[in-house]
Amino acid sequence: MSLAVGKYKAGDRVRVRTDDRPGHVRTPYYVRGKNGWVERVYGEFLNPESLGHGGDGLPQRPLYLVGFHQNEVWGEYRPLGRDKLFVDIFEHWLDPA
Amino acid sequence: MSADHGAGAEAVESKHERPKHELSAHAKRVYAIRDLLLEKGVLTKNDIQEQVEYMEARTPANGARLVARAWVDAGFKKRLLADPKAACAEMGIDATSLNEFVVLENTEKVRHLVVCTLCSCYPRPILGRPPDWYKSLNYRARAVNDPRGVMREFGNEVPDDVEIRVHDSTADMRYLVLPLRPKGTEGMSEEELQRLVIRDSLIGVVDPLPAVPKQ
Repeated sequence: MSLAVGKYKAGDRVRVRTDDRPGHVRTPYYVRGKNGWVERVYGEFLNPESLGHGGDGLPQRPLYLVGFHQNEVWGEYRPLGRDKLFVDIFEHWLDPA
Repeated sequence: MSADHGAGAEAVESKHERPKHELSAHAKRVYAIRDLLLEKGVLTKNDIQEQVEYMEARTPANGARLVARAWVDAGFKKRLLADPKAACAEMGIDATSLNEFVVLENTEKVRHLVVCTLCSCYPRPILGRPPDWYKSLNYRARAVNDPRGVMREFGNEVPDDVEIRVHDSTADMRYLVLPLRPKGTEGMSEEELQRLVIRDSLIGVVDPLPAVPKQ
């Protein structure tokens, strides 16, 4: 995979956008508006929001492994501790936090 | 369209080619598309058979081989974590159709769990088809929200001081868990170790089988 020349690097704190756009979107609702961090930079990949409707997926977008604390994603999550959740999220769904 | 498919021909054909129960509308459509593709020469029966055999050759045994080798060979383990597709090629496992492949290493203090909440993304080129429970709405909803509860239902009680990391494969990555080598397995052969690496331990809901004491 190509190394991304993207906005974020590992360790950056990010917040998932709360856009509600129609079409084929692969950013799950349960992390929208949540704060996390960039765990890994994966590189650039074809955009599924274009591919899902017969588009060519271009231009490729940077993709990140974003980590979250479970206690911050789900109010009722137990135990209170170090459990984490990781989601693969495209750069255009992330803002700096 | 061929003129052969009158009611009589279909009745005879259905007795020998089709399963006994009534086909669902989707199944009928799939068979009709297949027949059309064959009729129009887009595919041959051989093409289909080859693809079926290719899919059925991919089994969790591939994952077990990778893990057992990583357990006995520290250099291979490093290569597996750094470049899983290349490590597969070393073992003669065809991972070329995977877009991207990431191996998640379990430790004494960390366990990984893989899910695809949006559909059923799974490292099929390595492991073959996912189990039905992996594709269920129940698993897909609860693996992210209550992984300890899900693992408990598989008989796996994870202590509070062990961190659980759930990976939701929402994009191009396909994830494989590299389970922790069970205690007491020193001296076991690679083949014996492979038998401990059950499919569910590659998804992460359970640990591998424990070493069986020799009689």
